[in-house]
Order: sequence, then structure tokens, then C-alpha cells
Amino acid sequence: MNAAAAVSPPAPPPLVALAAITKIYGTGTAAMRALRGIDLAIGRGEFVAVMGPSGSGKSTCMNILGCLDTPTAGGYRFLGVDVGSLDRNRRALLRRHYLGFVFQGFNLLNRTSALENVELPLIYRGMGRAERHRRAAAALAAVGLTGWEHHTPGELSGGQQQRVAIARAIVTEPALLLADEPTGNLDTARSIEIMELLTTFNRDRGLTIIMVTHEADMARYARRVVHFRDGLVDADERQGETD
Amino acid sequence: MLTNTLRLALREIRRNVLRSFLTILGIVIGVAAVIVMVTVGAGATAQVTEQIASLGSNLLMIRTGQRMGPGQTTAAPPFDMDDVEALGRDIPAVAAVAPSASQRLVAVYGNANWATMVTGVDNQFFIVRNWAVASGRRFLETELRAGKAVCVVGATIARELFGPQEPLDQLIRVGTFTCTVIGVLEAKGQSTFGSDQDDLVLVPLRTFQRRVAGNRDIGLIQVSVAEGRSTDKAKSDIEYLLRERRRITGSESDNFQVMDMKEITKMLTGTTRILTTLLGAVAAVSLLVGGIGIMNIMLVSVTERTREIGIRLAIGALEREVLLQFLVEAVVLSSFGGVIGILLALSASLGLSRLLQIPFVFNPGIMAVAFLFSAAVGIVFGFFPARKAARLDPIDALRHE
Ligand SMILES: Nc1ncnc2c1ncn2[C@@H]1O[C@H](COP(=O)(O)OP(=O)(O)OP(=O)(O)O)[C@@H](O)[C@H]1O
Ligand SMILES: [Mg+2]
Repeated sequence: MNAAAAVSPPAPPPLVALAAITKIYGTGTAAMRALRGIDLAIGRGEFVAVMGPSGSGKSTCMNILGCLDTPTAGGYRFLGVDVGSLDRNRRALLRRHYLGFVFQGFNLLNRTSALENVELPLIYRGMGRAERHRRAAAALAAVGLTGWEHHTPGELSGGQQQRVAIARAIVTEPALLLADEPTGNLDTARSIEIMELLTTFNRDRGLTIIMVTHEADMARYARRVVHFRDGLVDADERQGETD
Repeated sequence: MLTNTLRLALREIRRNVLRSFLTILGIVIGVAAVIVMVTVGAGATAQVTEQIASLGSNLLMIRTGQRMGPGQTTAAPPFDMDDVEALGRDIPAVAAVAPSASQRLVAVYGNANWATMVTGVDNQFFIVRNWAVASGRRFLETELRAGKAVCVVGATIARELFGPQEPLDQLIRVGTFTCTVIGVLEAKGQSTFGSDQDDLVLVPLRTFQRRVAGNRDIGLIQVSVAEGRSTDKAKSDIEYLLRERRRITGSESDNFQVMDMKEITKMLTGTTRILTTLLGAVAAVSLLVGGIGIMNIMLVSVTERTREIGIRLAIGALEREVLLQFLVEAVVLSSFGGVIGILLALSASLGLSRLLQIPFVFNPGIMAVAFLFSAAVGIVFGFFPARKAARLDPIDALRHE
């Protein structure tokens, strides 16, 4: 792999670059060192699976990557920009324009239709009503939910809810999709559907995806697997195309 | 963005119709109280003003004592006929002087009886009060001088005692004496809170002094100022004269009061003002309680919707956008309270003015003020919960169950 990097032409800055990131929860004797120095660079168009035992700091790292949380120390560059120097509002704008999130618990707005859930990020982008409807409907179509636009999360299965969440994450055409255990609440058949969806977006639209998973079967869809252990990157391996 | 925020707020309110309604009840009551207060107050004032206009703008009322406040009067020596004559003689601006003395008595005719104000007057009364006799006649000089048992009754008395019967030449008993009805006054046709101008029986002053009061005291002197003469000048002349006659010197304060239109209005609207103040207090308290109610429910709402806020923040909502969302919700809620309060107040004022027989004065200005005020309550009391929502940490909010 190092050899491959050596022969390729000088690379543009990676999409995200973590340098010696640490995160300590609490203080004094109760201090919990969740991340103990993470170095990680991820380029555009990658599909990365993050694996590791429970408590190894995967979610903590994802929150930092997603600009939802700030590291205790270390540098985080997003497209070359130092995220640590951004204030709360600028980080919100970074999320708005560059990031999409998919959570284990779906995190859709209750009692709000699938279409409106998908429209939500577009509203914050100040997009007009008609254009919003069109884009949201297209995103729902892309995840195979045409005809379900007006169902609320309560009227959808877990798999369908997660597909709505994916539609919401990709409707803004983000630079990076962050998914923390997106299949954690789903059965195997539903999980495979979701993984195939993500693979399609990665391959056809060049969407960069970082995904946390516990299941080796799901990690197999990714082209790079990063292993965490005790707040450190334990292994970082690229794997061939799965198809 | 704002229309979206507005739509969102409306939907949130529709989701909890009952809760929203209970939340805004305080605002509803507060706004309704303010508007009812102002509307009824304005109606009462309009009526009093109209009554006073019917008295004529050149009327001065002179009474003994100094009014301390509504219903409170300090004791003071009464006036007598010499005072009346002196006023007519020494003050050139005075066109007519009408002495009177009154007492509440029961008037009886057949089976009907009616508690009324019996007032001893002379014919000057009709002049200064600009009041005509509708049927029959005024008093004759001989009747006045001899203190005859005759009376002129107000329209209310004619109606209550005689009904459809002709009152003229009938005998009515007033207190302990019996008098013949010689005239019926023109109806003034208005009433303020508890005081009906047409509810009176006029008898010659001398008759009153002999048969009712048992003394020669005069309680009230009404003066009409001659056309083209200054009322203020007449008023100060009268005050000077009466101070002299009553031997009030230097810094001693008057033991009588000369009231012009302004002061008569103030006297007649005294009860209205008490009512207005009371309702004002109710309104203030209701708005405060209503505001706290809104704050409370918005805080509950922020807690309930913490996860939603987390999702919005994760998606990229700015702090001020979340703040705006909750603030708009609070303002929409309180404005609804304002609108309902206005509607409630309109029907209540209509009913009240009909009940109190005062004109209904529609005042769009106060409606606008009440509406804006209720919206302001939403802003003030919605701000703290909204800021709390906006300042949530995205991860904590997302983790919230
Ligand atoms: N808000 C917090 N306060 C204190 N400690 C925390 C907090 N969040 C995480 N931790 C701790 O940090 C460590 C890493 O947590 P993290 O959630 O990143 O693990 P994870 O790898 O995602 O685990 P899992 O696979 O169970 O999701 C854990 O020991 C956890 O207890
Ligand atoms: Mg985790």
C-alpha cells in the first residue's frame, strides 16, 4: 500500500485529516481517555468502515469528524481547513453544507412525514418550496421509497426509517456521509439492503462514506477498514472490491 | 425561512390543542380584561360627557365640604338663602342661581312605591339645568312662596308609579306628606352607573325645608354663567365671595367646592375609574401569569423536543435559527391568546354595555395595542426557553431519550 502511495502523483489535501486527536471525558480521577492520539486521513470517494470493540472510541471519533464534538487536543482539518479554529456557528454551517449523518437510532422527526424529514436540511439551506419537494422526492426515490413520502416514521419499518435517514443525509449531496452503526438496529436482510444502498452511492456518486460497524459482514462492503482499540488506531487496511 | 418557521410553530401548536389553549388562558383573560375595561370605561365616559353636555357647558355646581375622594366629604356648614341672593346680586357673570336641597325618600301612589331623590327647588332649577316640563307646568310664584304641597316628577317616577295612567293632578305621598303632581319633566333618557337623572321628584324649596328637612339649609347651589362670560372667572369670583361670607381667611382651605364641567365629569366618572383600576390590575396579573404559563410550557416543550433540537443542530441549524423557531412558537401561542382575548372582549363589552345601558365604543387602537402586547409577552417569556433550546449541545441533545 505504501508503494502504491509512493508512485501516485502528489495528492490533493485529504477530505479529512486527524492528527494526534485525543479526547478526555471528565477530569481528575474520573477522567476517561476515550481517544489517545488518533492519526487518520481519508480522501474523497473512499468508503471506510470503522471497527473495534465496544468503548474503543469509535463514536467519539465520529462525533469529532462530524463537528458535533471538539477534541481535547490534536488537529482536525476538513478540506484543509482547521476545524478547531471554527466557532459554533461556523461548525454548524460546515455540517449544513458538507456533512450528512446516519445514526443507529435513525433520528427522524416524529409525526413528520418522510418527505418533510428529507426536506429538513434543504429548508436550512434556504431552498424554495418547489425545488425542495422535487429534490426530496428524488432522494426518496433513490433509496427506493417512492410512494412512502407521506408516511410518518411511526408508520414505517426500521429498514424503511433508516432509508429515509439516508435520503435525508444525501439529499444535500454532502462531501462526507458519517454513519454510526447504521445497521445496528436492523436484521440481516434489511442490513444488506442498506449496505447495498451505501455502496451504490459510493460507487455511482463518488460519495465519501465513513461507517462504524460491529459486523464483519457489513465491513466487507467498505474498501478500507480502520480498527480501533483503546482509543488508538490498531489497524488500517484496504480491501479489494467486493463484487 | 420565516414562513417555514411559522408553519412549524402552527403545527406544533395544533399537536397539543388542549395544552396550548390552557397555556394561553392567562393571556386571553388579561387581554380581554384590558379591552373590556377600556371599552366599557370609554362608553361610560362618553355617556357621562353626553349627560354633562345636556346640562349645558356653563353650569357650575357649588356644594359644601371638600370632597376627599369618591363618596367622602368633610363636614361643613350648609348654605342659606342669603348666600343664594348674594351670588345673584354680587357676581355679574351669573345668569341664574338655583338653590336646592335633597333627600332620598319613598314616593307612593296607590300600591306602587318607589325610592327616589326628593329635591326642593325653585323655578331657576329648570333654567340652569336647561330642563323643560313635558306636560303640566312649573311651580307658581305663590306655590313657591307659600310652600304648597305640589310636585313635578321625573319621567322615571311617572313610569314607575303611574304606568299608563295620567300623572297630572294625582296625589302622591312623599315621605310623610302628600302632594299634587302638577308637571312631568322631559325625559333625559340616560343613566350612569346607578344614577338615573329622570329618577327624581321636585317640590318647592320651602315645602322641602318645612315638610322634609325641618331646617332652612341649602345643600347645593347650581349656577349658570351668562353667555359669553368666562366660567373660570365666575368660578374664582364665587369662591372669593363665598370665602368671605363663610369667613375663611388666608391659608385656611375652602369648606365648599365650586365644580365646573371638568370636575363634575370627574365626580360622575369616579365609580368608573375605580372599576377601570380594578380591571387594570386583573389584566396586569393575568398577563404576568399568562406569560409565566407560556414560559413553563415552552420549557416543557424544549425538554420534550430535545432530540428534535439535536437532529436540527446536527443537520446544521444555527443557534439563532433554533432560537427563532421557539421564539416564534411562543409568540404565535401568545398572539393566539391575544386574538381570542380580543374576540372574547368584544362580545363581553357588547353584552356589558347593553346591560349597563351605556354606548358601545369600538376602539381599534386598543385592540392593536392588546394584540401587540400579547405578542410581546410571548417574546419576553419565550426568550429564556428558546435560548435554552438554542444553546443545547448537539451530542447531548441527540443522546437525550
Ligand atoms: N459523554 C461521555 N462522558 C463520559 N464518557 C464518555 C462519554 N461518551 C463516551 N464516553 C466514554 O468514552 C469511551 C469511548 O466511547 P465511544 O462511545 O466512543 O465508544 P464506541 O467505540 O462507540 O463503543 P460502542 O461500540 O459501544 O458504541 C467509553 O469508555 C465511554 O464510556
Ligand atoms: Mg458507539
